[in-house]
Amino acid sequence: MRRWQSAGIAGLMTSLASVGAAFADQPVDKGLGLQPPVTTVMKDIVVFHDWILMPIITAISIFVAALLLYCVVRFNKKANPVADKFTHNTAIEVVWTLIPVLILVFISIFSFPLLYKADQVPAKVDLTIKVTGHQWYWSYEYPDQNGISFDANMLPAEDAAAAGKPYLLATDNAVVVPVNKNVRLQLTASDVIHGYLVPAFGIQLDATPGRLHEMWFNADKVGTYYGQCTQICGVKHAYMPIEVKVVTQPEFDAWVASQQSADAGTGTPTQVATTNTPNTAALAQTN
Amino acid sequence: MASTSAHLEAPVMGDLTDRPSVFNPLRWLLSTNHKDIGTMYLIFAIFAGVFGGALSGMIRMELMEPGLQYFGVAGDPTAAGPWGNAHNYNVVVTMHGLIMIFFMVMPAMIGGFGNWFVPLQIGAPDMAFPRMNNISFWLLPFSFALGAISMVVPGQGADLGFGGGWVLYPPLSTTGHNGPSMDLLILSLHLAGISSILGAINFITTIFNMRMPGMTLHKMPLFVWSMLVTVWLLLLSLPVLAGAITMLLTDRNFGTGFFDPAQGGDPIMYQHLFWFFGHPEVYILILPGFGIISHVISTFSNKPVFGYLAMAYAMVAIGFIGFLVWAHHMYTVGMNVDLKAYFVAATMIIAVPTGVKIFSWIATMWGGSIDFKTPMLWAIGFIFLFTVGGVTGVVLANAGVDTVLHGTYYVVAHFHYVLSLGAVFAIFAGFYYWIPKMSGLRYSEFLGNAHFWVMFVGVNIIFFPQHFLGLQGMVRRYVDYPVAMEYFNKMSTYGYFITIVGMAIFFIMLLDMFVLRRRPAGANPWGPAATTLEWTLSSPPPFHQFSELPKYESKDGH
Repeated sequence: MRRWQSAGIAGLMTSLASVGAAFADQPVDKGLGLQPPVTTVMKDIVVFHDWILMPIITAISIFVAALLLYCVVRFNKKANPVADKFTHNTAIEVVWTLIPVLILVFISIFSFPLLYKADQVPAKVDLTIKVTGHQWYWSYEYPDQNGISFDANMLPAEDAAAAGKPYLLATDNAVVVPVNKNVRLQLTASDVIHGYLVPAFGIQLDATPGRLHEMWFNADKVGTYYGQCTQICGVKHAYMPIEVKVVTQPEFDAWVASQQSADAGTGTPTQVATTNTPNTAALAQTN
Repeated sequence: MASTSAHLEAPVMGDLTDRPSVFNPLRWLLSTNHKDIGTMYLIFAIFAGVFGGALSGMIRMELMEPGLQYFGVAGDPTAAGPWGNAHNYNVVVTMHGLIMIFFMVMPAMIGGFGNWFVPLQIGAPDMAFPRMNNISFWLLPFSFALGAISMVVPGQGADLGFGGGWVLYPPLSTTGHNGPSMDLLILSLHLAGISSILGAINFITTIFNMRMPGMTLHKMPLFVWSMLVTVWLLLLSLPVLAGAITMLLTDRNFGTGFFDPAQGGDPIMYQHLFWFFGHPEVYILILPGFGIISHVISTFSNKPVFGYLAMAYAMVAIGFIGFLVWAHHMYTVGMNVDLKAYFVAATMIIAVPTGVKIFSWIATMWGGSIDFKTPMLWAIGFIFLFTVGGVTGVVLANAGVDTVLHGTYYVVAHFHYVLSLGAVFAIFAGFYYWIPKMSGLRYSEFLGNAHFWVMFVGVNIIFFPQHFLGLQGMVRRYVDYPVAMEYFNKMSTYGYFITIVGMAIFFIMLLDMFVLRRRPAGANPWGPAATTLEWTLSSPPPFHQFSELPKYESKDGH
């Protein structure tokens, strides 16, 4: 199908385009396929989807369409005025039971290793970030970096435009992580269930109140990556995006130092504190 | 199906004189007649479908362009726009789902076609419990009313209606919505559930006990088989939903904490309960369609159904495995990886019996002498579009890939291909197939054909681009999206406009048929390949049929 070819071509073109240094992953105009991957897990997902699943499901769809078309042309009333009466053919029934089984077995050869690889947090974790979902923003804590913590609110349209960032994806405070390091995210929520999806990393996990779940990624390219909340959570469900900055280790260290000096002063940046006030009030009212 | 061809031995109390006037309200209010009740279900489903379709129009209008056009003012989703704020958008999304599932597809398939044609096809005079049948129907308008009222009473704070998605996940449905709207919605679903459970009991009793002499289970028409499997799924899964939403109700009102972690409860437990119902539910929506499609394909190919037993047991297998795969809706809740692996395997297995059905339908057409009447167009459209929806289901079954597709428009595209383009196409196939029998009138083939082609183009333009949006990461139930996603969203909305034209043709077709009444149908408008028992009766059938039981006779000793 056209979709498959275009998705493949789009994938190739985007991966060629992404050779440049400044890199940002986000939806593109008329985009057809998955966002370009920057982790090994997402690379596996893209390969599995684009080169295994898409060809198989496209072939099956075309095959069924071709059979239907053949029936329409060959066995219409004019072409075949007298219908056959057969109702059984054991051989073909065994075939169309077994071949799908074999196709599924073939798919699972790729599916299960990917599943386990994506799920298992590596033994060596370089950075742990605790993420808490709130109505309607994410807050982040870096427990091993002297407890850096901040909230990330969506940038309003004019601020996003001024910063040259995509509206509905950009936040006032980005999550900052070092490149080529194993990062563990621990997720929970303070009010209702939220969902944490960053397509370029191939990660998604629900943030559930009363539970702490974890997932990991290892981004191999410096850049800015965007994600969104995937679990319906109220009126501003579409307005609590995720912005992740992948930076070099020295840049990360510098950022940590600057955050710690900021924390020593006011706790959290004042801009964040004010924007959060209505949310906190709304929560108090709810509970 | 010739393989189950039956000959009526002692037809019929022939005349229509005992049929009460259609203008007598008591005929409808107190009805115990399976055909009248079936008709009421169909009319109810059409009304609910228009309502739910209008809601989807509001969704598509809002999503036609980035930014807030109708549900909010620019940049502020909490401020009221022409149609309310973003909360009201969530309400519209939620009610679109609930209405289409509980008040459109289920009443049309099970209440409508099931009530009409299960007794006729098995040679029974009526359903086993005719008065319970009446209650089953009349609970539904009240259930619908409660659901509709829930949209206009406070849901969260000053915002009206429940906007948490049709899955009703807590804590959003408990502490997240403090108004009475959610309570009304819970009671609405309770009534709908009672209605369906009573209906299921009725169908099971009817099918097991009231088949004509000689019609063993293995000689039942496939539509009856599909209904038998469907109502078993209903009977076994709906009580679980009832339990789950009752716990929501007590969590909300009586201080229990079943789903509240602060009280030792667990929000994820609700999701397991819900999907233990919810997954069988999606098979409930599609299985009767499988039965309808088998009859239509066989009739218009002038050929008996290929692999009758395999077709019947494929449905049984789908129903059985359908109970074992629920957590594939929950790959991202943080469950154990081995559990995920199990659900991946179990889910993919469903593709096998489904494949058997697809290929058996094609084999039924193979070597046939196909007459492209309107029902056949819908059936062929169904086979292809259901295949497309099925293969994207195989993609989503792989938890590794679902990590980036869960909660996106890829999922929306997938389930609309199997339901909006699958179940709804099957409903239209059944409608055009049986409307001559139900009404005694022929529809206009020209209008029927036009309806099919316009709808076919329209729904594909709505839903195919949504695959791309999902792959790009567009999230479900979003009132607004990044500008980059405008192109396919706009295309999708144009598809909606085309679909509206298609539905307009449908209603013109109905007017043409029922107002002008030009073409009487005759007992069997479809010819010798329409072999089930309903075609031996007059059109419309007598008010009471089979006062003397017909006897099943088989030509080929199948």
